[in-house]
Amino acid sequence: MKRIGVLGLCIGVALAVGISGGAQAGKADDTLNVAVSGESATLDNYKIASREGLIIARHLFDNLLYKDLDTNTIVPALATSYRFVDDLTMEFELRQGVKFHNGEAFDADDVVYTINMVTAEDYGTRYRIVVDWIKNAEKIGPYKVRINMAKPYALALEMLAGPLPIYPKDYFESVGASKFGTAPVGTGPYKLIDLTPGTRWILQAFDGHYADSPKGQPAIGKIDVRVLPEANIQYAELLTGKLDWIWRVPPDQAGKLKRSPKIDVLSAPIMRIGYIHFNVNAGTEDIPTRKKEVRQAILHAVDRQGIADAFVGGSAKVVHTACNPAQFGCMQDVAKYDYDPEKAKALLAKAGYPDGFETELLVIAPRPQAEAVAADLAKVGIKVRLNEQQYAAAADKWRAGDAVMIFSNWGSYGIGDMALITSNFFGGGVDDLVQDPQLTEWLNTGDTATDANVREENYARALKTIAENAYWMSMWNFNVNYAISSELNFTPHPDEFARWFKSSWK
Amino acid sequence: MIAFLGKRLLVAVGVTLVITFLTFLLLFVSGDPATALAGAASRAEDVEKIRALYGLDRPILVQYADWLGNALRGDLGQSLFFQLPVVDLLAGRLPVTLTVGALAMGLALAISVPLGIVAAVWRGGVIDRLALVLAVVGQAMPTFWFGLILIVVFGMMVPILPISGADDWRGYVLPVIVLGYYATPAIMRLVRSGMIDALQSDYIRTARANGLLGPTILLNHALRNAIVPLVSLTAVQFGFLLSGSIVVESVFALNGLGRLGWESIIRSDLPTVQAIILVLSGIFILLTTCADILTAWIDPRARVH
Repeated sequence: MKRIGVLGLCIGVALAVGISGGAQAGKADDTLNVAVSGESATLDNYKIASREGLIIARHLFDNLLYKDLDTNTIVPALATSYRFVDDLTMEFELRQGVKFHNGEAFDADDVVYTINMVTAEDYGTRYRIVVDWIKNAEKIGPYKVRINMAKPYALALEMLAGPLPIYPKDYFESVGASKFGTAPVGTGPYKLIDLTPGTRWILQAFDGHYADSPKGQPAIGKIDVRVLPEANIQYAELLTGKLDWIWRVPPDQAGKLKRSPKIDVLSAPIMRIGYIHFNVNAGTEDIPTRKKEVRQAILHAVDRQGIADAFVGGSAKVVHTACNPAQFGCMQDVAKYDYDPEKAKALLAKAGYPDGFETELLVIAPRPQAEAVAADLAKVGIKVRLNEQQYAAAADKWRAGDAVMIFSNWGSYGIGDMALITSNFFGGGVDDLVQDPQLTEWLNTGDTATDANVREENYARALKTIAENAYWMSMWNFNVNYAISSELNFTPHPDEFARWFKSSWK
Repeated sequence: MIAFLGKRLLVAVGVTLVITFLTFLLLFVSGDPATALAGAASRAEDVEKIRALYGLDRPILVQYADWLGNALRGDLGQSLFFQLPVVDLLAGRLPVTLTVGALAMGLALAISVPLGIVAAVWRGGVIDRLALVLAVVGQAMPTFWFGLILIVVFGMMVPILPISGADDWRGYVLPVIVLGYYATPAIMRLVRSGMIDALQSDYIRTARANGLLGPTILLNHALRNAIVPLVSLTAVQFGFLLSGSIVVESVFALNGLGRLGWESIIRSDLPTVQAIILVLSGIFILLTTCADILTAWIDPRARVH
C-alpha cells in the first residue's frame, strides 16, 4: 500500500510540475540573461576582486575618461576635457547636467570626494596600483578639479579611464561604504534594482544616463546576471533559451554549442598570456634552471603552438615576449626559440645534463596544458612532476623561492600596456626572482616616463634581456569564447570587459 | 537520564572545539589566507595590506582565541569576502540547505523503508533483486553525475523543471531527488536486514502462533524492532546529506550553506568557514543526541544504560 502512495506522489509531482511550465525570457521580455561562474562580493568597484563584479560595476559607474578600444583612444566621459599642467598635475573640466541614478547632480565635489577617499590608505582599495600614483584631488571650481600626482605615471590616463569610477558624495556619505557595496548608485547606463549577495544582480536601463556618453544609451531594458558555477548548467540553459550570454567556454564545448542555430559563438583575443617562469636564483640550492642553457633548452623543447592549437584553440598564437604583443611597448624584436627538440638536447648536454634531469612544475593552469608541456619535456629527458595548486598556495611557494618553475597566466588587469605585466615579474617586486637591478631600472624608467619614446626604448632593452637570458617562457595569448543567443548583437573586446551597454537585440 | 544528557553535552562541546580549531588550522595550512583574499593578480603590497587589515599576521592561536571569544559572545564576525555580518549570510543560506536536506531525507525514507520491508518479506524475489540493483547503483553513482543526467533529461530533453536556482518550489525537485537517492541504499539495506532478523526471531513465531495477522506482525512487532538502528543511521545520514549538499548546491546553483562553505574555503574567508563549521557540527551533534534519546524511547532496553 505504501508503494502505491510513493508512486502516486511521484505522478502527482510530475503532473503539477508539467502544468506550471517554464517561463521564457530573452528578447521576448527585453531581458539579457547572463550567467557567470564566479561569485562577487561587493559592487564597490575599488574592492571587487572578480572580473564579473568589475564588469557589472562598469555598467553602474562612469569615469572621468573612457577608453575607446575600437579606436584605441582615450575620450571624454564625465570630464569634457583634461590637460597636464606639468608632470605631476592634471586639470579636468567636468560635464554639466549629469545625474546619478538617485537624482543627485554630479559636480566637482563628487570627484574630489571619491578620489581622496579611495586614495586614502584606510579605505582598503584592493589594487593599490590603481591609486598609489595619486596624491590628492582638489576642487578649483564647481565643475573643475585638479589631480596632484604622487609620482609621474605613464598609465595615469588609463587608470582614470578604467578602474577609477566616480561615486556620489552625498549618497555615499549617508549610507556608508558597506551599504554602498550592496546598494550602489552611479551615473552609468544601468542601475541596480535587485541583488542576492554574491550570486545574482538585476540591472535596469537608466533613462537618465547623460547624453553624449561614450558608452551610448542602453538598448536592452534589463540585464539579469546569475552565478551558475556548473558549466553544464550554463550550456543547458543557453540551449533551451533561458540564457542569452555566457563566456569563457572551453574550445571543445564552443565547437558543440556552435552547432545549434540558436547560438552564436564568438572568439576574441585578450590581454592575458600564459607563461612559465623560471627560478634562476633559488638560494644556494643547485637547481638546473639556474643555467641559461637549461632554460633555453626548455624553450626549444616545448611545442607551444601545437599545445595552443590543441587546448586553447581560436586564434591563440605563441608569444615570444614577456608581455602581450597587443600591449604598448611590447616590441617583438627579441630572441625567439622555435620548437626544436634536437637543439634542446644539445643545449642540455652542453649544460651538463646529457641525460636530462627530474624537476617539479608548479601549476596554476588547466591540467591538460600542463600535461602536454610535461610530455614534451619528457621527450628531451626532463622528467617533470606536476604540482597543481590553488593560486594562493602557489604564489606563496613561488615568492618564497621554493619552486623551480611555475606555469600560470597573467591578465594585466585587461590594460593594453606592458607596464602591468613585465614590471610585475621583473621590476624588483616579490614575484621577481631574477632581481636584476639593471632590468628593474629600465622597467621603472619605462613605467614613470611620460614620453612614449623613452618608455619604448627602455622597455625594448628589458624585453631583449629577458628573452636573451630565457628568464621566462611566454606560452600563448588567450582567447575568450563567448556563446550568445543568435538574437543578440554583442562585440567582445580584448580587455575582458563585456560591454552589455553596447549590446542590442537583432 | 540527566547525567547521561550532561555527559553528552560535555562531549559535544569538546568535539565542537576540536573541529573548529582544526578547520582554523587547516585554512592556514592550505595556503596563506591573505594571498587568497587578495585574489589572483594581486601584488605583494596588496597582500600585506590585507594581512594587516584583518590581523592575519598574529599567531594562529591568538587569532583562534579571538574568534572563539567573540563566538561565545554570539558575535560570529564579518565575512572577509562579502563584508557583511556572517550571521546575516547564514540566515539567508541555511533555510535552503535545511529544506533540501529534510526533503531529501523524507524522500529517502519514503522509498527505502517500504522497499526494505518488501525486500525482506519476499526475500530473493523480483522486488528484492530490483532493490539490490537500486542500492548498488545508488551507492556507486557520484551525485554530481546523477545531477548532470537529470539536467540533461529534465532541463533539455523534456524541459519541465528548472535546473538552476530555487525561485520557487520546482527548483527543489531535482536536487532533492539526487540527494535523496544518495541516502536511500544504506537505509534500505538496513531495514531489509533488520526485518529479516526480526522475522526469523522467536517472538514473531510466537505472535504468528497466537494467530496475529500478517500486517500487524510486520508493522507492530517486526518493524518496531528493525527500525531501532535505523534512527541512529538516519541521523548520521542526515549529517551526510548536509555535507553532500555542497555538490548538489553547486551543480544546481542553489544558494545554500554547502555552496557558501565551498566558495568560502577557496576564498579563505575564515569567519564564514568557521561559522558554517560551527552550525553544521552543531546540527550534527544535535541530531545524534536526539537519535540517542529517540532510540531510548523506542527501545526500552536502551533506557537501562
